[in-house]
Amino acid sequence: MNIEGQAAAVRFDGVSKHYGAVVAVDRISFEVQAGDLVTLLGPSGCGKTTTLRLIAGLEMPTSGSVFIGGDDVSRLPASARDVSMVFQSYALFPHMTVFENVSYGLSVSGITKAEIRDRAEDGLKLVGLSGYGERLPSELSGGQQQRVAVARALVLEPTVLLFDEPLSNLDAKLRRQVREEIRELQQSLALTTVYVTHDQEEALAVSDRIIVMRNAEIAQEGAPTELYEAPRDLFVADFIGDANVLDAEMLSRDGGHATIRVGGGMELRLPHRELPVGPVKIAVRPEAVILETSKDESGFTGTVLKSTYVGSHVEYTLDTGLGEIFVADYRFDAPVPAGSRVRIAFRERGVTLLEKQT
Amino acid sequence: MNRPAALWLALGWGGFALLPWYGVEDGFWSLAWLFDYPAGADAAPALLQILLFGRWWLAPMVLPLAAPLLVLRRPRTDPLFSRVLLAAGAVGAVFFLGQGFLIGIGGWEYATLEGLFGPLGDRQFGMGYGALSVAAAFLFLFAQGLAARGAINGDGFVVGSIALVIALVAAFIFFPVVRILASAFQDNDYNFVPYLFVEKLFSHDIWGVGCLTANVNCGIAWNSLLMAILVAASTTVLGLAFALLATRTGFRAKRLLRLLSVLPIITPPFVIGLAIILLFGASGTVTQAIETITGTTPGRYIYGLPGIWLAQTLAFTPIAFLVLIGVVEGVSPSMEEASQTLRAGNWRTFTTVSLPLMRPGLANAFLVGFIESLADFGNPLVLGGNFDVLSTSIFFAIVGAQNDQGRAAVLAIILLAFTLTAFWAQHRWLGHKSYATVTGKGDAGLHVPLPRRVVWLAYGSALPWAGLTAVIYCMIMFGGFVELWGRDHSLTLRHYMDAFSITTGTGGLVWSGAAWNSFWTTIYISLISAPLTAAVGLLTAYLLIRQKFAGQQAFEFGTMLSFAIPGTVIGVGYILAFNVPPIELTGTGIILVICFIFRNMPVGVRAGIAAMTQIDKSLDEASLTLGASSFATVRKVVLPLLRPAVIAALVFSFVRAMTAISAVIFLVSANYDMATSYIIGRVENGDYGLSIAYSSVLIVVMVVVILLIQLVVGERRIGRREDMNVAFGAGGAVG
Ligand SMILES: Nc1ncnc2c1ncn2[C@@H]1O[C@H](COP(=O)(O)OP(=O)(O)OP(=O)(O)O)[C@@H](O)[C@H]1O
Ligand SMILES: [Mg+2]
Repeated sequence: MNIEGQAAAVRFDGVSKHYGAVVAVDRISFEVQAGDLVTLLGPSGCGKTTTLRLIAGLEMPTSGSVFIGGDDVSRLPASARDVSMVFQSYALFPHMTVFENVSYGLSVSGITKAEIRDRAEDGLKLVGLSGYGERLPSELSGGQQQRVAVARALVLEPTVLLFDEPLSNLDAKLRRQVREEIRELQQSLALTTVYVTHDQEEALAVSDRIIVMRNAEIAQEGAPTELYEAPRDLFVADFIGDANVLDAEMLSRDGGHATIRVGGGMELRLPHRELPVGPVKIAVRPEAVILETSKDESGFTGTVLKSTYVGSHVEYTLDTGLGEIFVADYRFDAPVPAGSRVRIAFRERGVTLLEKQT
Repeated sequence: MNRPAALWLALGWGGFALLPWYGVEDGFWSLAWLFDYPAGADAAPALLQILLFGRWWLAPMVLPLAAPLLVLRRPRTDPLFSRVLLAAGAVGAVFFLGQGFLIGIGGWEYATLEGLFGPLGDRQFGMGYGALSVAAAFLFLFAQGLAARGAINGDGFVVGSIALVIALVAAFIFFPVVRILASAFQDNDYNFVPYLFVEKLFSHDIWGVGCLTANVNCGIAWNSLLMAILVAASTTVLGLAFALLATRTGFRAKRLLRLLSVLPIITPPFVIGLAIILLFGASGTVTQAIETITGTTPGRYIYGLPGIWLAQTLAFTPIAFLVLIGVVEGVSPSMEEASQTLRAGNWRTFTTVSLPLMRPGLANAFLVGFIESLADFGNPLVLGGNFDVLSTSIFFAIVGAQNDQGRAAVLAIILLAFTLTAFWAQHRWLGHKSYATVTGKGDAGLHVPLPRRVVWLAYGSALPWAGLTAVIYCMIMFGGFVELWGRDHSLTLRHYMDAFSITTGTGGLVWSGAAWNSFWTTIYISLISAPLTAAVGLLTAYLLIRQKFAGQQAFEFGTMLSFAIPGTVIGVGYILAFNVPPIELTGTGIILVICFIFRNMPVGVRAGIAAMTQIDKSLDEASLTLGASSFATVRKVVLPLLRPAVIAALVFSFVRAMTAISAVIFLVSANYDMATSYIIGRVENGDYGLSIAYSSVLIVVMVVVILLIQLVVGERRIGRREDMNVAFGAGGAVG
């Protein structure tokens, strides 16, 4: 037998959730396409978990509607929705064996014993745990427990699979491994998945699309490259990777691009993102800054305030006419010592105009 | 089709069209009513009551029963579905309550209705299973309607459970209390006479202070308060001594102390009083010793204040101990060590750091003792003499020659005001503050040794007291084997024979002993009420801990309220509320079961809350997202993990049902006599031998049953186990 997700989409339509005076989710709308893995990313307390629980049916929206597979499920309880969830704490039932845990969802849905057995075994095999069925969860390692939790959710072949920070209880090495396993499984079964994390690297690594949240709202939504290369505002730019935000001026627009002048007479050609000519703000990735230690003092220059060697690269803090700039240099020969004067250039791929100026 | 709604509707129609609407003689389960069914006026269902007997006031309920039929096939997300269910439930409830309460035993209850509809020519009868089913149907249809609108995450089981608990608490806690309030303003013929209330409330025998100046008795209220304060003080001091002994000294027999603290839980409170009579009564051992030594006859010195004080202190010290042991253990050693490094000696550290840190705990123990003493009924009844207190006076106002319901109600209100004030103070000051200084950080420090003076004080007060308790329990266990205490000390089995003899008669075994009847009734009623109490209590705990809904605070208050209501007050309330239609329960076993459920429910609630806060909520949610309904979740996930709490709740409700006296004594009847009230009756006749024999048998039976329950319900599989003593400690309750 083959476990196959029957893919279908999730849609939020102006959904809000209030806890008394606290607004945990504020009129958000988004869609998840069938077969996609979408990540909810954002700082602590921004409403990620709440959004996930709204999909699961563990919370009812205060206003707005939730659609799963095209049906309005806003008022349906969790048990009536075709959604499974993997919890941060795994939430394995401590009084049941691994097998009983995995077959739990099947056994409450009235399937024959034989089929339950087959499907549960399949599920365990899928996560590489066949033969562990008779153990209690307390007799497994953290990573194994994690996989049991995934198997338990998978065997129900849910329309949507939900993960709430599934890796936060694992150590750094295991985290990378399990995250790749989850992604592989998700892609091979074409499962529609919503995944919560506040780790931007994790989000970039596993997602088809990312929804960045801030203060109960959606800050920006898009593919990982889109978010990294064209963040809409400072918050997103700063949250996904680091960014230096600098004042600049748009001199002219032609076609899709604009000519931007940064301090010291440096000019860049960037997509204009529908902004008018005049003062603008740009975000510069730390690794897009190129330093030259020539004696030539023309152009955009600065002084090295701090120079830190961290193995794979060198980090600098520069003092420039536009304020402090943070730099990550991966192609260094020898670290530039603090106090040196440097000429500064930007690689265009790592620079973007910010749509919102705040 | 919507299954749950359809099932509740089916129940409603079954109750309306099939089951006898009114209560039938001989009880429903005797099935004697079948001879008269369906066309007899007693056994007819509501439908036939309307058609054959002209009881048209039952007819309006057809409407709310019919309306949901039209929407059953609609999806539950359809707004019409929920609206119709809500309306049917609400309108149905109004019609139901209307036909129940607007018609009394003398026809219309209100003159305006008589004017409107003309004289009724009929009367109200006690409602039966038909009515019960219809009421349940309306309640749960309403809940289904709410759930369909998305209330509590659209969960029908949870909304239904909340509705059920609210309805039950309203019917069996609030309704009786309200009836007490109402009858305080009525004379014995149910006329509204407000000045009587004022007269009774300020009556001299309640508030009189003559004892201060002349040699007469003070008012009952003062007596009760004085007693409560004395008992609270002595139990707190002794409890502290025991707690210090158990945790801060090298005292060897600590396990014995623990055992001592469980004893009062399985001892009916008045049994202590009984043993005290055997020791200090007119022909008691100690009294006789004094007589032989001094040559004077001390007489009835023990009856009155000294006796009650002694008995209640013996009975309630273990409760204070349980409250205080946690407090004493909770004082963080690092605080004391800090004090020592600041150059304070042991004595200074104890008086300026340890003791002040324990102060909230001491206040708590004091209030618990205060409430227990006020509510105690058995000891004052047995030992009171001329010293009247509120709880016993309430009883005599109802059953005595006075038979003055208004007076009983007024006394009940005063008693209730006292206990509620104490209860409120306890919650206000201590309720949610954690007064222990356990920080969650590993506290590696050692407790500073107690100052010598304190150690000696603790030993000096605790050990004699422990000795006295041991003597008392010896009396209880062996007093039943003595011919006539104080006069003839020859050993005999006579008392046990009188109570529990079995003879072989013509039809096989004959349970000829005098106690068998009440004994089996007690076992039977306790066994029925224990699982029901545990179920209601744990369900309530689940709703309080695991769900969020508007009015949860009020919900919690309502369910814990019965904890603060003294048993005598509940007894009076039940008599007043359930002696007349539409809910006519006095004289049945049902009223005893109900009384136990709602008096002991808080025990289950506390045990459940304590256990459930330790179980991660995501377990429930995982089960829900895996497609299990919340009912299945409770059954398969929550309950198995709650096993220790289930045991605690079962044991407790069983034991408390076996040992209860205060409310029970109002509710027993010839058919349903309980062991405790039977024993009290014998005590009042001076039949101490049989009483004490019976009491010891009760205690032994309880120990056996507790062990059996432990065995049957078993242990939780994941191995963690809560300390049973913790659960027991949660049960300090009002007698
Ligand atoms: N049951 C609740 N009652 C009241 N407020 C709540 C409740 N649950 C969440 N909140 C509030 O709603 C906001 C969003 O919470 P949420 O759990 O969704 O955050 P999150 O993005 O998952 O954060 P984290 O990354 O820390 O898990 C927070 O401000 C939180 O305090
Ligand atoms: Mg979260």
